[in-house]
Order: sequence, then C-alpha cells, then structure tokens
Amino acid sequence: MEKRVTFSSWTIGILFAVPQLLLIFTFFYWPAGQAVYWSLTLQQPWGGGNIWVGLDNFRSILANADYWNSITASLVFAGISTGLAMFVGLVLAALTDRQLTGSRFYRVVLIWPYGIAAPALAMAFRFILAPEAGFMAVVNQVWPGFWDPGLDGTDAMASIIIAFSWKYVGYNFIFFLAAFQAIPRSLIEAAAMDGSGVLRRFWDIQFPLITPTIFFLLVINITESFQDSFGIVDIMTSGGPANATNLMVYKIYSDGFKGLDYSGAAAQSIILMVLIVVLTIFQFRFIERRVHYR
Amino acid sequence: MVERTPFLNFFTHVILFVGFVLCIAPFVVVAIAASHNLKDVNDVPMSLLPGSDFWLNIKTAWTTADLGPKLLNSFIMAAGVAAGKVIISALTAFSIVYFRYPGRTFIFWLIFVTLMLPLEVRIVPTYAVVANVLSPYQAILDVTGLSWLIEKVSGVQVSLSLGLLNSYSGLILPLIATATGTFLYRQFFLTVPDELTEAARMDGAGALRFFIDILLPLSRNNMAALGTIMFLWAWNQYLWPLLITTDQSHATAVTELKQLIPNVGGIPEWNIAMAGTLIVMLPPLIVVVLMQRWFVRGLIATEK
Repeated sequence: MEKRVTFSSWTIGILFAVPQLLLIFTFFYWPAGQAVYWSLTLQQPWGGGNIWVGLDNFRSILANADYWNSITASLVFAGISTGLAMFVGLVLAALTDRQLTGSRFYRVVLIWPYGIAAPALAMAFRFILAPEAGFMAVVNQVWPGFWDPGLDGTDAMASIIIAFSWKYVGYNFIFFLAAFQAIPRSLIEAAAMDGSGVLRRFWDIQFPLITPTIFFLLVINITESFQDSFGIVDIMTSGGPANATNLMVYKIYSDGFKGLDYSGAAAQSIILMVLIVVLTIFQFRFIERRVHYR
Repeated sequence: MVERTPFLNFFTHVILFVGFVLCIAPFVVVAIAASHNLKDVNDVPMSLLPGSDFWLNIKTAWTTADLGPKLLNSFIMAAGVAAGKVIISALTAFSIVYFRYPGRTFIFWLIFVTLMLPLEVRIVPTYAVVANVLSPYQAILDVTGLSWLIEKVSGVQVSLSLGLLNSYSGLILPLIATATGTFLYRQFFLTVPDELTEAARMDGAGALRFFIDILLPLSRNNMAALGTIMFLWAWNQYLWPLLITTDQSHATAVTELKQLIPNVGGIPEWNIAMAGTLIVMLPPLIVVVLMQRWFVRGLIATEK
C-alpha cells in the first residue's frame, strides 16, 4: 500500500530518517558486521590485531562437544517450553472465549506474568523450586533426593522450562484470545444450530481459523526462548549443573565475556543469528499469507 | 453461549480457576515468603500464613541491594528507551510513508532487517562499540584514508573516542536501535486518509507542520501503546545493563537482584531475596495493570 499524496521536498524526507539510520548503523550494522569479521579472524582479547583464519572458528566450534551440548540444550528448552506455553495459553484462551461469567476477570489477570522481568521470575521460581526450602522440599522429605536442580541436570532444565513457560503462557493467551474473538460469532452459532457440539466446533471451525496465530506464536516463542532465557538461566542455574542448562545465548556470554574468546563467541553469534533469521523469514512469509486471508 | 452445556461450563470454570491459581501463585508465594523471618521461610513446608517481618525484610533487601538508586536508574533507562523509540520511530515512519526519495526502498529494508537480530546475539561486538562509540567512524576514516589526509593537511592526528560504558546513553541508545516501533507507526500512517494530507497542503502547511499538527495528535493511541511496551521491555532488560554497568552507580534494579541470591552454606535468606524480588516485580506489574488496554492493543498491533 502506498500513499498517493506525498511531500515533494525529499531532503526533508531523508532528514527525518537520519536519527534512526545513525543509530542502527552504530549499534546494529557495525556490531553485526564486526561479529562477521571477528568470526573469521582470531581476535586477541586486548587488541594487538587479528589474524585471518577463515572458517577455522566455525570448525573448532562445531568440533566442540560443549557446543553441541548447548545446541541440544537450547532445542530441548525451546521445544518443551514452547509446547507447554502454547498449549496452556491456547486452552485458557479457548475457555475464556466461551464468555461465561468471570471471563473478563481472567482476561485481566492471566496476562500479568508477561510484565515480569525474566530474572525476577527466575528468582521467584528458584525459591519455589529450591530443594531445601519452599515446596519441593516437602516432596524431598517424602522421597529423599527426588528433586535437586543444583545437582541433577534434568531437574535444572525442568526448572528453567517452568519459569519461562509461566511467563509466556500470558503472552500466548493474549494473542490466542484476540484470534478467537476475531472469529464471527454467527459462524459458531450457525454450526451450533446444525447440531455440532463444542469440541466439534473447536476442531472444525475455530482451530483452522486460528492456525495463522498458532504459527506466528510458534516462531515468536522459539525465537524468544533463544533470547529471553538468558536472565532465567543466569539467575536459576548459571548454565549448570555440568552444562546441562548452558543454552546458546548463555554460552555466547560466558565464552565471550568470561572466557574472553571473542572469535569463538562471534562465530556462535553468527550461527544463532542465522538460526533466528531463518525463523523470522518463515514468520514474514506467514504474515503475508495471512494478509490474503482477510 | 449458544446452547446449554452445564457440565462443560463447570469444567471451563474449573480449568480457568486452576489457570488463575497457577498464574497468581508465584506472586503470592513471593509476597508471603517476603513476610517471614529467617527460620519460618526455611520451614518445610513453609507456612502459607503471612509472617510479621514484611517491612523489615523489605527494608533489609532495599539497603542490601541498594535498590533506591537502582530503581531510579531502571526508571531513567526505561523512560529513556520508551521516549526514544516513540520519537525516533515516528520520524522514520513519517519519512518512509510520506516522502518519495531515491533510495527509500533501500532505507526501508535497512530498517526492516534490524527486526531480525536481537541485541543478545550481537552482544560482544555491541559492547565493543559502546566502549568507544566513535570507533566505527574512526575505522571509516582510517580505511578511506581520510585520517591520513587530515593528518597531512592539518597535522592533527585523528583519534575519535567516546566511551559510553557506565552511562545512561550507553544503557539507552543501543536498545533504541531496532525498528520495532517504526512498523507500528507505518501501519497506522498508511490508514490516515490522503484527503487530510491534501487539505493540509492546500492550506499551505509544509511537511513539518503536517507532521506536528496533524499526524502526531492522531497517533496518540499508538504512542501510548508503543511507549508502554517499550517501557516494560526496557525495564526488564538484563543482559545489556549487566554488561555495560561495570560500576554500581548505573546498575539497574533487575541486575541487582543477583546480589540477593542466597549463598550456599548457612541458612539461605530467602525472605530477603523474595522481598527484593517483590520490589523489582512491582513497577512493571503496576504498569501492566494500569496500561492494560494500551499494552494489549499495542502487542497485537505490533505483532511482537
């Protein structure tokens, strides 16, 4: 869509875009370019020039078992938490959409978790899921050694998944509810008059109509699980125990800033960027498709 | 609803109620744990009746993590990012929608691409840029030979350097440098009728006049939505402030939470930790509650 009426003086037009362009050049394009450059060179931590090494950084990363471990951990984390957050969000939204008494109340409260900072909710869940105090301690008393995220990698992974999903249920809920409410009531009423039950209507009418939203949220949840997980991991597990929760973003941070391996961190960044770009392209293709729907 | 389904209605209420409890439980647990003394908070099972040390714990957490100045820093950063995004995105969207200049499509794509790569994945080189924000320009001068030329002509050696670590601009500017808001405005500007622009031009208003007197007042809703989302987003940032605020004076409340993680060994001070968590949780929660309408509308409009 384009404007018919525009302003003629194009110098003014460009001037309006200059602040944004300066910012994204300095803090986006330059660093992104730098990341590519560093990933292809061996950068000395405190200056002293870089040596061109081609794809060696990528080779050594991809040969490193720790890196594959972090990819696996990220995928497990992304898969389970996305599935959980989307499923719960979908169920809650579908039920809220039935508009029984009190649905307005749920509509208000269920999105609160989205406003909470990841580290703050991580802190809350660290306490709630602590093995020695709070609630899991009760389980541990009955069944000693059942739960200890500090020692058991699976328990640690479960903790960060619970914390992340809790936040994103609220986010998914908003979008699912909006999608459900965009479906004309008359469609559902007509189906009801034809004698189809609630479940039948859900599968045959509502579900197909919200698939674009499902797909959209799938992409958003997965990309966010690569980024927003940093605070949760840092507060809850610091990547441990034994690297079990050393997700990709966390590994970039610890290799780059703690290990001072700029080149390795840059190469990891590039891999993660490519991953996210691919996901985003999927997303835009989908958005364009959805525009045709309406 | 369209038919009578008493059983299903009952079931709906049960599930929604369970969802509500799961959603609210962490808040409640944090608040209750924050009110216990050291012994009670570590009791197994912890009592769900509030204890009596709430204000004491809040005070201890407040002083231990030095939350007063940190909350102020968080507020400055969040407000700065929100204001910056609201202003800069409006300018850019206006330029993209209302002008036809050469390279416009290219600029559009330059900005569009920034949506794809979050700060987290280019964190190491961004840190280097912020350590000396003029380094990109120095590099350009060096590579193009301009700095050599300047040195030859004037005898001045060019070395541009401006560090933004431990500063508000270092906290704020890199977070503004993505296009999230631009597309929200663009979407909205495209729905503004052309007749309005025509009328304004006939009345002799220039681009600037039109922008300030007509377009901006019309976009109040968008500004509120975008401002709310960006405020929340910036307030909740963690990795970026953690990195660039190496000294305490510019640290934010969210990064300071880490100070409150109980030490291993000894009895963990979960009551203090939860009091601090409550303080840090509260401001964004209040924003969500007060601005819910804008917040939700904005989320759905930006599709982010």
